[in-house]
Amino acid sequence: MSTNTDTLADVTTQVYRVYIKATPQKIWDAITEPEWNARYGYGAPGLYDLRPGGAYTSTASDEMRKYAAENGLPMQDVIADGQVLEIDPPRKLVQTWRLLMDESTAKEPFSKLTYEISELPAQPGVCRLTVTHDVTGAPATGALTGGELEESGAGGGWAWVLSDLKTLVETGSAFSS
Amino acid sequence: MTDDDRVFKALADPTRRFLLDLLFAREGRTLTELESELEMSRFGVMKHLKVLEEAGLVIARRSGREKLHFLNPVPIRLIHDRWIDKYTERHVTALVDLKNQLEDPS
Repeated sequence: MSTNTDTLADVTTQVYRVYIKATPQKIWDAITEPEWNARYGYGAPGLYDLRPGGAYTSTASDEMRKYAAENGLPMQDVIADGQVLEIDPPRKLVQTWRLLMDESTAKEPFSKLTYEISELPAQPGVCRLTVTHDVTGAPATGALTGGELEESGAGGGWAWVLSDLKTLVETGSAFSS
Repeated sequence: MTDDDRVFKALADPTRRFLLDLLFAREGRTLTELESELEMSRFGVMKHLKVLEEAGLVIARRSGREKLHFLNPVPIRLIHDRWIDKYTERHVTALVDLKNQLEDPS
């Protein structure tokens, strides 16, 4: 029987880790530069004002706009937003994150996203990227980022995004290209 | 051993798959919690968790005085992307759906 009934029970955190053969700077750019971060995963460019308190916005990709237009769905310009909380390039980025594209996630509180990049002394040339997503109080966001809605066409969440990021950084081309 | 070897090895044991299922159902569990779900010594569970950690399937994080375990699905995703062809995947999905439907008692 579980005896862990303290405050941790209310905290919902997802942790993802992937090993990438690349420099920390290259991985950092893949996360923070729109010319890179628009090329994997959901393909929506993410724009960062890289300083504490700086804004984060992600805008709809051409593919998203095209899909919405073809299906007569509304499509806003900004599909996700947030704020940079902490920054230590090219090692650590902490930000808030909220997905606006879906009604169920748009009304949830901001979630907290931490990217950590570390070099491995035992394996030169390989970096460890860890993404910690605190989705406490944001179950719809957690379901999406956890990949639970993949069968309904919502993409595979973080596991899918990070696999694609690894493929892009290591090979120069992503799944979709 | 390659990364893939470690993942396949880790997945080749029913206890370790059960531990992953426990973490899939709810993340951030302590060793004590995981141990309570298994008919196994604390040491045995620790050994299995170590294999899972080495394969990158489980990530342990310290939170205060506790060590919490999280499921990391990325290595399975990488194997999925590497080994399961896009076209096969569709047929496989259909068959898995059929199997689930046929086995569903309701």
